[in-house]
Amino acid sequence: MAEIKKIYAEDGREIVLKADHLCIQFGGLKAVDNVNLEIKKGELYGLIGPNGAGKTTVFNLLTGVYKPTLGRFYLCGEDLTGKAPAEMNKKGIARTFQNIRLFNNLTVIENVMVGLANQIPCNLVQSVLRLPRHRKSEKEYYERALELLKVFKLDEYKDYLAANLPYGKQRKLEIARAMATNPKLLLLDEPAAGMNPNETQELMDVISFIRKEFDITILLIEHDMRLVGGICEKLTVLNFGTELAVGETSEVLNNPEVIKAYIGE
Amino acid sequence: MEFLTTFVNGLSLGGIYAMIALGYTMVYGIAKMLNFAHGDIIMVGGYTVHTVLPFLAILLSGVYNPTVAIISSIIAIIAAMVFCMMLGIVVEKVAYKPLRGASPLAVLITAIGVSYLLQSLAQMIFGSAPKHVNIKALDFGILKIGGLAIGYNTIITLVCSILVMIALSLFVKFSKTGRAMVAVSEDKGAAQLMGINVNRIIMITFAIGSALAALASVFFLLKAPTMTPTFGSLPGIKAFTAAVIGGIGSIPGAMIGGILLGVIECFAQAVPAISPYTDAIEFSILIILLLVKPSGLLGKMRREKV
Amino acid sequence: MKKFTSLKNYISYIVIGLVTVICVILSLSGVLKASTAILLEEIAIKIMLAVSLSLVVGFLGELSLGHAGFMCVGAYLGGKVAYVLTQQLGEDDPILNIVILVIALVVGGICAGICGFLIGLPALRLRGDYLAITTLAFGEIVRTIFLNTSEESFGGPIGLPTPRFNKEWFYVICFIMVLITLFVIQNLIRSKHGRAIKAIRDNEIAARATGINVTRYKLIGFILSAVFAGLAGVLYSYTKFNVSSQIFDYNYSIEILVIVVLGGMGNIGGSIISAVLVTFLNRELANILTGNLAVLKDIIYAVILIGIVIYRNAPGLKNFREKYNLKKLFSKKKKTAEVTSDTVAKEEN
Repeated sequence: MAEIKKIYAEDGREIVLKADHLCIQFGGLKAVDNVNLEIKKGELYGLIGPNGAGKTTVFNLLTGVYKPTLGRFYLCGEDLTGKAPAEMNKKGIARTFQNIRLFNNLTVIENVMVGLANQIPCNLVQSVLRLPRHRKSEKEYYERALELLKVFKLDEYKDYLAANLPYGKQRKLEIARAMATNPKLLLLDEPAAGMNPNETQELMDVISFIRKEFDITILLIEHDMRLVGGICEKLTVLNFGTELAVGETSEVLNNPEVIKAYIGE
Repeated sequence: MEFLTTFVNGLSLGGIYAMIALGYTMVYGIAKMLNFAHGDIIMVGGYTVHTVLPFLAILLSGVYNPTVAIISSIIAIIAAMVFCMMLGIVVEKVAYKPLRGASPLAVLITAIGVSYLLQSLAQMIFGSAPKHVNIKALDFGILKIGGLAIGYNTIITLVCSILVMIALSLFVKFSKTGRAMVAVSEDKGAAQLMGINVNRIIMITFAIGSALAALASVFFLLKAPTMTPTFGSLPGIKAFTAAVIGGIGSIPGAMIGGILLGVIECFAQAVPAISPYTDAIEFSILIILLLVKPSGLLGKMRREKV
Repeated sequence: MKKFTSLKNYISYIVIGLVTVICVILSLSGVLKASTAILLEEIAIKIMLAVSLSLVVGFLGELSLGHAGFMCVGAYLGGKVAYVLTQQLGEDDPILNIVILVIALVVGGICAGICGFLIGLPALRLRGDYLAITTLAFGEIVRTIFLNTSEESFGGPIGLPTPRFNKEWFYVICFIMVLITLFVIQNLIRSKHGRAIKAIRDNEIAARATGINVTRYKLIGFILSAVFAGLAGVLYSYTKFNVSSQIFDYNYSIEILVIVVLGGMGNIGGSIISAVLVTFLNRELANILTGNLAVLKDIIYAVILIGIVIYRNAPGLKNFREKYNLKKLFSKKKKTAEVTSDTVAKEEN
């Protein structure tokens, strides 16, 4: 059992995610090269950069889809480097995907109930024999899932198949499912992609709301500068797998290097 | 000496497997599906030869001599290849094309259905009793060099399969259609944007694969001239094993895998203690190989992008 | 609404229970023909096979072509145990017979389960076509091994002699086993474990990211499926005087797959109905279609199989399916797509 030592920032706030010198190489290509992150509890942190900058790869490293070639990262002081995806989730990192990945043939509420499965124990024998524990846990899954759906205003769609939801609601459902796993850190991969301005606004409201309501730390990848400028407190800009700039949102967005990387000379 | 005989027999059997495996591997590479019915195309090829030969014998009854017999056998083989080509195209158009873009499970089950259908149809038309196919005209006896005794047919089979492989490699490498095939197997969408008619390429792939399967059936018949409606399923599965061993989607892989499997089979059959378990040994090799190196010897594994 | 769902959950038990009771009454009054009893045994065994295969194919979403292999393991090992015990202990005492049967079932089920575990291992690394061919290879390996055993051990090509249970009543035992199978598999599916299994089928990557232990659930799926196929095999061995491994070939696995596909993937009730229909039709058609025509039955199955799969899955028929959706006509619970600007946006993305 590795030692867990909580890390604190200078201002006394706990650091939820600390990544040191993360690197991953595919063949000769350095997809992510020496990326450092330090995200404080309750912060809404943005990861931006041009296409192919390695943003999603950072997410894949943090959720165990890939193992870093070099570097380590810590969640609330616990070293999680190299753990399997399911393990990462149990430790408290949940994510959404750039190209939505729902359980399409399950209903909306079942999608969220899948996310709750690790919260309330009930083993195989108890389920198969329909012991009281099973009935109790099923009821609790249902009720808690319904509560979560209400937060995301999806409760009226609870019996729809996930595949049949409109696009914007699918995005929200994916966040709801991630929230169901009770994460310490939520990773959102382009949550506003493909949304119209109204839906984006609605999404921003939901993100702000869950952040307050659930006291959660969020790291998000986004292209929509309005969304990034509107809700993120700090930013890291990636370009060609390396850090281009780190800092407060307003100063990063005015950084000439960043503007150059986005718009060109 | 016996070792060498077994080895040559193995090479020759391997050549046949390679020919069938080419059909699997090309279809897999281009249409991204396991054509389960491919083995049954072999069977259809065999029955076509069986049906066409007596007709030719009647037509040519006036001028019957050994040369005519050989020519008529060759005509029967060509007829089988053409018929299987058409059958392959029809199967693709009717059963597989509507499912393009559907889940792989659905496509695979349909392919199993087609296999089942072809076997049942053959059983209805020809009955389930073994049929003897008379292609004695193509039996040229046994070549003896010192203590080595090898059937001429074994050599013909080997030479033919090598020629087919060379021709196919050249076709894929240098012809316009062949290069379009490579493009489609790399990226269907991009190939379509470059103006390649993907449907046509898939059709051609099925046609070539089926013709090769028909040719392979003749070589099987030269080894043992009897056949039943399930004649093609075991060689089909084995050839698929060969394609997987070599790395599915890879043409040289299919050749190497086929020959490897043929040699292993012949040696396993030569040892009395393990000969009853030959099939089990071959399938075990498949399972172990898939566990150790799922991409096969020459294949490349595609990872799902997250 | 609530009441309706709970009734729906138990409908299969109720129907099967009723059928069993009716048959028992018929038997007691001497009306039930021996041939009907045999048909009932066959139906029960097919239901067990179809439901257990449905767990892997319909719910876990992996294609298994070696289901007959698991059945073969159960039939041979369970049958052998039963035969040896009957030889040693005699066959007159009905209670003893039941005890021997239970022991045979346990042995057959466990052995098949171990094979299921072994096949589940490649399933963790392989997907789709590769796994299908691996399971097919497994089925053929099992069959070849039993075919080549010595006569003293498992009978080799002659087949394994097995005890023949009391003919009149064996179908009751078969139906009790069907109920047990349904109880375990349906309860599994309708629990959080079942949701996890279905989640893996729908999107394995997302399932991992949601904290599901994919390895564990895939193994559970394969093992349970194999155990019930093995149990069906033990029952099968009891219905014959002699078990021959030739029966458990690839075509037998396909026949079970056909039943599952006809019944609708992931629909246990459908699997049961189609198992009954197919087994019944098999026998009736065998009487009508003789000689070369007997194969007409297989042609019909093949055409239906192809037709159903294309109808249900062809992307080109999507609109047609939505327009004439039977489910939609009968229940309004699961609503289908609304075409909004959002769905258009998704397609463009």
